[in-house]
Amino acid sequence: MQEDDKATDNRQEFIVGTLLRAGVIIAAIVVLVGGVMYLAQHGGEPASYRQFHDAPSDLTSVSGVVKDAVSLKSEGVVQLGLLLLILTPIARVVFSAVSFAIKGDRLYVVITLIVLAVLLFSLIAAK
Amino acid sequence: MTILLFTLLVWLVSVVVGFLGSVTGLGGGTLIVPVLTLVFGVNIHYAMGASLVSVIATSSGAAAAYLREGYTNLRLAMLLQVATTVGALVGLLLVTRVSTGLIGIIFGVVLLYSAYLSGRPQVEVAATGPPDRWSEKFKLNGSYPNSGGLQPYEAQRVPLGFSVMFGAGILSSLLGIGSGALKVLGMDRVMKIPFKVSTTTSNFMIGVTAAAGAGAYLKLGYIEPVLTMPVMLGVLIGSTFGAKVLVRAETRILRIIFAILIALTGIEMIYNAVKGRI
Repeated sequence: MQEDDKATDNRQEFIVGTLLRAGVIIAAIVVLVGGVMYLAQHGGEPASYRQFHDAPSDLTSVSGVVKDAVSLKSEGVVQLGLLLLILTPIARVVFSAVSFAIKGDRLYVVITLIVLAVLLFSLIAAK
Repeated sequence: MTILLFTLLVWLVSVVVGFLGSVTGLGGGTLIVPVLTLVFGVNIHYAMGASLVSVIATSSGAAAAYLREGYTNLRLAMLLQVATTVGALVGLLLVTRVSTGLIGIIFGVVLLYSAYLSGRPQVEVAATGPPDRWSEKFKLNGSYPNSGGLQPYEAQRVPLGFSVMFGAGILSSLLGIGSGALKVLGMDRVMKIPFKVSTTTSNFMIGVTAAAGAGAYLKLGYIEPVLTMPVMLGVLIGSTFGAKVLVRAETRILRIIFAILIALTGIEMIYNAVKGRI
């Protein structure tokens, strides 16, 4: 029983680790593509990040980012990549919930869902 | 300076910072905000956004390697993440209400404390005494691969450790950092979790804590895509490369140099904040 658990754990860990790495690589590629697009268009302009100014509203909401990225606006593409990256730890929490459920660990399924709820609250509701 | 040159310079510096943070185990993320604000003159909120995103990159990027080693205690991570993520929400409430100057001062104090912590020798403390009743209730015991096979351990002082994690969560979204040093401290020193388990479990937790802050950061406009791009890509490359070197390198001298660097940066940060330049 203990041995079986360990083997299942190892296989799950391998799958989760691989998926996370794939997520990070995909996110990095999207960010790089968007960044190269932006630099090709605006690279020669003066850099100024000293003052905080309200970003175009599209870049500050999940739906807006997706909309801009689909219409291939460079900043939208970069932001989509960053959003994909933000999703990787959330995906890891979801995997953990599944893993606890498989083991029949109800207490930790509940605890994991609490963490997931807080994460989704921040992503969707909080400001 | 043109955006192209600025981006290349920020990328280069981020690679170095990510590399040093990973090799020394001190976490490079903490230095991103001071470097961007003090050296590149970036607005501190943008710097915090870029930094918090980079924390996620290092966490998820290293996950594959850490999971394979079998040190991470998933139950411990998940229980403590209740504290860190709720703490992160409290930090978000504060971050919009606190002046940038005060953020700079708190940041400086955290840097000085990190430098002090890393200057102390690392001792492997064996857990003795009866296990905490919370540890039994939440099944926080575990075992990790050691030279003599699987070494079992128990968590102690769980409520105190939980409180430390709540504080780490607040700092994470108040400053845009992973606060990995504080998380390791909470597990290793307070809960008497073996150091290797603490560091790998912390690596999971910094990503989840940062994600709790990053969603709201996006909506607050703190995540400026063009600035964050070179930081995220640089830190990712630097820390991945650093993790590979880590195994072989003699890091003691590097750690001391890095700790001094962090302390000086902390003083610089407080000085500039007091002078009203942040």
